[in-house]
Amino acid sequence: MFFFQTWVIYRRQMRLALRNPVWVIIGLAQPILYLCLFGPLLKPLTAQIGALNAYTFFVPGLLIQLGLFGALFSGFGLISEWRQGVIESERVTPASRAALLLGRVLRDVTSLGVQGIVLVALGFAFGMTGSIPGMILGLLITVLLGGACSASSNALALTLKSEDALAPILNSIALPVLLLAGILLPISIKTGAPEWLVVVSDFMPIKYLVSAVRELFTGDFFTLITMWGCIWTVILFAAGLWFGTRTFRKDNV
Amino acid sequence: MIHARGLARVFDTKRGREKVAVTAVGGVDIDVDEGEIVGFLGPNGAGKTTTLRMLTTLLKPTRGTATVAGFDLATDPLNVRRNIGYVSQSGSTAMTARAGEEVIDHALLYGISRDRAEKRGKQLFEQLDLDGMWLRQPKTMSGGQRRRLDIAMGLVHDPKLVFLDEPTTGLDPQARANLWTHIADLRNKLGSTVFLTTHYLDEADALCDRILVIDNGVIVASDTPDALKRQVAGDLIELLLTQKSDATAVLKLAKAIPGATKATSDGLVVTVRVPSAGGELPPLLRALEKAKVTLAAIEVRRPTLDDVFLTMTGRSLREDS
Repeated sequence: MFFFQTWVIYRRQMRLALRNPVWVIIGLAQPILYLCLFGPLLKPLTAQIGALNAYTFFVPGLLIQLGLFGALFSGFGLISEWRQGVIESERVTPASRAALLLGRVLRDVTSLGVQGIVLVALGFAFGMTGSIPGMILGLLITVLLGGACSASSNALALTLKSEDALAPILNSIALPVLLLAGILLPISIKTGAPEWLVVVSDFMPIKYLVSAVRELFTGDFFTLITMWGCIWTVILFAAGLWFGTRTFRKDNV
Repeated sequence: MIHARGLARVFDTKRGREKVAVTAVGGVDIDVDEGEIVGFLGPNGAGKTTTLRMLTTLLKPTRGTATVAGFDLATDPLNVRRNIGYVSQSGSTAMTARAGEEVIDHALLYGISRDRAEKRGKQLFEQLDLDGMWLRQPKTMSGGQRRRLDIAMGLVHDPKLVFLDEPTTGLDPQARANLWTHIADLRNKLGSTVFLTTHYLDEADALCDRILVIDNGVIVASDTPDALKRQVAGDLIELLLTQKSDATAVLKLAKAIPGATKATSDGLVVTVRVPSAGGELPPLLRALEKAKVTLAAIEVRRPTLDDVFLTMTGRSLREDS
């Protein structure tokens, strides 16, 4: 029953998303722009960063960025659904409230998956090389991170019910994460980052995901970095879903 | 069908840095029998929607107990949800979805099979004058059509008890009257029990067997529409004079109307309440002409919730809302 309800919600969400795919396209355009307009700047720095191929280095960062930003703002969609009364009308049915959340998270996960595949394919077009199984695992990490972000964002949106309250919170989370996770440029002593910045960035869980996906792309599966990245992915995913379902199950929102 | 005792809801809000507990509903007792249409009447912010959201399991009561559609609100919310329909004031469908798809998806969440959902949905569309709207997007529908779509959504699982939150707010008079017949049909043709909130007296009058009046989170009256209106006693005639000096003479004439109560004058305005303005106006106008009084304007007001309210609580609806 739970899975069927999740499926009903998911199918409805997908139908609506595909009917108005502008957000999927915008979400996709962003990493492509980075790839086209920022990638070339990294090329001369390849050796300095310690990478063999600028795009094998850069695409993993963009993937994580996609996972973060593509899903973090999905709460706005929930607020607009709430305004239209859709959330209330779903909550008054006997459907599991976790299914209401999960159907939406799966929608974000699906669109992230597609966007991620397009991004990786485009990376190849730019001359990226690397391990295909590693890339698949990298996509999986991205998608799980996206699921965590989507669940938390939807939960936060259901609690706040106001775009004006949600936007500053999400933005104040997104920017430090983007900078401290080393998505655009790696933060390490090797690349000349000051020590305090390296120490601060060590407290940013997403940094381990970025590093792990980079390792995976080059085909290094069984390293400490990869392991930490996977552990953090699972922790973030579990925490996001826990927070999300807990909020959706409340009777007081 | 509904038996609530001491149902209360207190919200914690912040006023500046201070935490304040705001009582939205301060302990209401509600009894609704099977087959009744009961109106829940009150000004904005009186606690109508909060009460409704508690009774529909959307909001946890701070205190109190209730059985709704035969099941306990606190211990068996799932069975309550299975047996009630809720038509909220904010709508129920996405603007860009197709009406029929929304109805089917909604029914699927109740565990109804797709075939039955489609059959029942199309039947409801027919009954609610939504023929040909199955594939339409709600954003292309009129306000009245959209409200009827919401009702179809709320009825697709054939609930025994239907909650309607301000069903006609924002509709034009024609659409309102049309919707009233559909709401009356819920009971007359489908045998459902209906509990609706409204802040229009005429709506409660046209539809309800019984009215509960709520103010500041407390139920202040529970009676038939006729009994409530009797407490207000009639229509209000408001006369706008051209000269202040006429006020005393006009007031005297107003007081002379049979059954007149509460005749008062304030500057250029003289008001009087009479049992039926339609019959009393012609003689009053003749008398005014005889007394050589020229009026700037005349206005007749049917008893409104405002009047019921004023009579019952001693203050006007608009004072604090």
